[in-house]
Amino acid sequence: MPELDSAMLSRLLTSLTLGFHILFATLGVGVPLLISGAEWIGIRRKDNHYRILARRWTRGFVVTVAVGVVTGTCIGLQLSLLWPSFMEVAGQVIGLPLFLETFAFFFEAIFLGIYLYTWDRFENPYYHWLLSVPVVIGSTASAFFISTVNAFMNSPKGFKLDNGQITEIKPLIAMFNPATPTKASHVISTAYLTSAFVLAAITAFLILKKGNSEYYRKALHFTMVTAFVFAIATVVIGDFSGKYLAKYQPEKLAAAEWHFETEKGADLIVGGILGEDGEVKYGLHLPNFLSILAHGDPNAEVIGLNEFPEDETAPLFIHYLFDLMIGIGMFLAALSTVFLILSRWRQGWQHSKLILWTIVAAGPLALLAIEFGWIFSEVGRQPWILWHVMETVDGATTSEHVGAMFILFFALYVVLGWICISVLLKMFRNNPVETEFEQMDR
Amino acid sequence: MDIQILGITVLWIFLYGYLIVASIDFGAGFFAYYGKVTKRDDVINSIISRYLSPVWEVTNVFFVFFFVGLVGFFPKTAYYYGTALLVPGSIALVLLAIRGSFYAFGNYGAKDSHFYTFLYGATGLLIPASLSTALTISEGGFIDEKNGTVVFLVEELLTSFYSWAVVFLAIVSVLYISAMFLSFYASKAKDLKALELLRKYALFWSPPTILASFLVFLALKGHNEEHFNNMVDYSYFFILSFICFNIAVWLVYKNKRYGTAFIFVMLQFLFAFFGYGVSHLPYILYPYITIEAGFTNEAMGIALVIAFIAGLFLLIPSLFLLMRMFLFDAKYVEGNREK
Ligand code: HDD
Ligand code: HEM
Ligand code: HEM
Repeated sequence: MPELDSAMLSRLLTSLTLGFHILFATLGVGVPLLISGAEWIGIRRKDNHYRILARRWTRGFVVTVAVGVVTGTCIGLQLSLLWPSFMEVAGQVIGLPLFLETFAFFFEAIFLGIYLYTWDRFENPYYHWLLSVPVVIGSTASAFFISTVNAFMNSPKGFKLDNGQITEIKPLIAMFNPATPTKASHVISTAYLTSAFVLAAITAFLILKKGNSEYYRKALHFTMVTAFVFAIATVVIGDFSGKYLAKYQPEKLAAAEWHFETEKGADLIVGGILGEDGEVKYGLHLPNFLSILAHGDPNAEVIGLNEFPEDETAPLFIHYLFDLMIGIGMFLAALSTVFLILSRWRQGWQHSKLILWTIVAAGPLALLAIEFGWIFSEVGRQPWILWHVMETVDGATTSEHVGAMFILFFALYVVLGWICISVLLKMFRNNPVETEFEQMDR
Repeated sequence: MDIQILGITVLWIFLYGYLIVASIDFGAGFFAYYGKVTKRDDVINSIISRYLSPVWEVTNVFFVFFFVGLVGFFPKTAYYYGTALLVPGSIALVLLAIRGSFYAFGNYGAKDSHFYTFLYGATGLLIPASLSTALTISEGGFIDEKNGTVVFLVEELLTSFYSWAVVFLAIVSVLYISAMFLSFYASKAKDLKALELLRKYALFWSPPTILASFLVFLALKGHNEEHFNNMVDYSYFFILSFICFNIAVWLVYKNKRYGTAFIFVMLQFLFAFFGYGVSHLPYILYPYITIEAGFTNEAMGIALVIAFIAGLFLLIPSLFLLMRMFLFDAKYVEGNREK
């Protein structure tokens, strides 16, 4: 067990806040896209079902945004509070995207405010829809910018280090580092995917509880089509992420794959238990698949963990997280494909109890995949906070009070999470769709 | 202009923006709660929520913008403030988090919960008090650097006359700014009952505001003589501020031109805030960080300034649109529009 010094506690508190923020942030990035899409379809087809859908999603969205905003404010300030030495160094190189991110927030916040309170203000309904576009752009842009910061931590570029002094800083090169393309696109596509599945899961649950109706059928179809598109995108981009790792952070991939010896035609190990001697038991070996994931060539050479000093590699439990993330990704892609096939060739089957319950499970699973993915990616970077530049322990605060702050924030998130859920439940219970139809027809 | 000066000016403008919009929000929370307790909520609370609902997230971004920008332009501040302020900073964060989310829960979810309104009101006073200590600390004397780590001298802060004067000023000016703005909003909404009440609040809180300002001056003389003397050199800022204060209060007292009155309130704080800021330079944190030594490198500085200018092209029209929809749209302000 590592000891609980202020560096370790800072890691725990950062993980806690980010682990909580990322759930709401993911929905914050993805849900506006679905809202905007639904409203647009509603206007185009003159179909009030879709417009009500957009309204109802928006109402729930406001509550999750609020939690996203306040936890985001927490993590934003905590970066300075918990990692002062890191921020002092990194801030000089990577301040630009952090700063740009706040512009994206501004943009999003302003238009979200307008969007929420102008549903019936315009003669031409497209004007209201237009207001959703900056919200989508703003939230996706903020995900992009913050991902570049994280990418920079994995692949620091755009500066020189002379005796601890940072020189020759190039902000744009730091921002568009080798990790940026895969990082940002994977984060954004998974945010869309997860949001689609969360909304689909809610819809499927309501169908199971209240019975089917045209409104729910449209909602389910719309969310599942979206989910399908981004599930495929996620798997493809995830594959590119693996290739990025193989090229730039081979020890992270090796640790995730329990790949110890450098070899050609490497197997992909799924699951398993690691014995004392580095022997993998009970794992499922997929022949040559690791070489394919790493280089797109079944016989390519994949660097093994033994090439690296032991104190510079990540804890090996990340293997399970990696497997779980990929497993969930494959499952989500398969589920949305089956749904679409059924709705095309076996009308009605896609609303069978089995499929609906599977979709209900897929929502939370997608959120879990987000958590697994992040923990894998962050722990997999250890012991570095800035890969091969600065170790995590050197970035942390020296304050003695981190433990108490951990308890404080833990309590805060328990309260926020709990009340957020109960408010959402209450909102939908007190305001069923049926009354909304009546209001719309007035 | 030096890029350092440009950087700190940008940040100071945003902090000023936050000061105004957040004061309105914080004070409104208090008035909403007070209205509820004194059973006058039917008079003012609809005015308050009509203004606050669309803008609360924007208010928060002003704050985020300031501290992210500060770390961007002056990374050293992250080191000193970050290490020293873990505990007070975390407490302020928790308060902000409670406030923001409970506002949304109360307003969009469970309507009319007494407890939510209470939290909203109480945090409205506690947050300005705790945030204002960041400025207090910048005067020096509350942070010490020993054996390579930075320590925060809590006892010094809690026993300092200056620090309590600042807290007092923060709280009363929040109530003053907020009441002034809400009076303007009520007059625009032609809601005479609300106006009458809010106008009383505004007048009630104006003498304490000016009193607290003088108190802070006096206390600063005892705490940081160098800064105090600088402020005396820039005294015309404060004189202008005082003049604006008088005009604003006089207009409200005469019961006319609430819009103009609020512009003068904004000018009052603009002069005072920039007078304070200019005389604070070159220090950001006495005596550890100056704007020269604490500045990020040239390349990043230029990139940030370019980003800022480009960002303004996006922000100003959007903010203008927001104001047009909710501040200058008579029908919305009067409450004659559906959500
Ligand atoms: C719904 C969520 C989700 C799903 C289904 C997947 N991922 Fe993922 N993955 C993430 C959510 C995520 C993430 C949370 O967004 C991560 C964490 C850090 C990051 O950049 O994205 C991530 C990181 C991440 C990384 C590490 C990148 C790095 O550390 O730089 C790799 C190699 C993959 N993913 C690969 C995959 C593959 C091959 C998948 C195949 C199905 C997959 N992911 C599905
Ligand atoms: C930009 C500045 C960032 C800093 C300074 C930072 C720092 C850290 C550190 C030091 C840890 C602890 C690692 C460990 O416990 O082994 C951590 C964990 C984590 N980070 Fe990052 N990170 C940053 C960016 C991000 C981003 C953008 C995300 C996405 C939301 C993220 C998600 C996570 C998660 C989910 C964990 C938990 C992993 C765990 O349980 O350890 N981080 N972060
Ligand atoms: C180190 C990591 C992170 C930091 C410092 C951070 C910072 C913040 C801050 C300060 C806010 C509040 C902004 C406001 O006041 O409106 C926020 C909200 C938000 N964040 Fe994060 N964030 C991080 C990770 C992420 C990631 C990885 C994503 C995207 C996947 C993300 C997406 C969002 C979104 C969309 C919001 C707006 C609130 C919402 O719509 O739910 N953030 N974040």
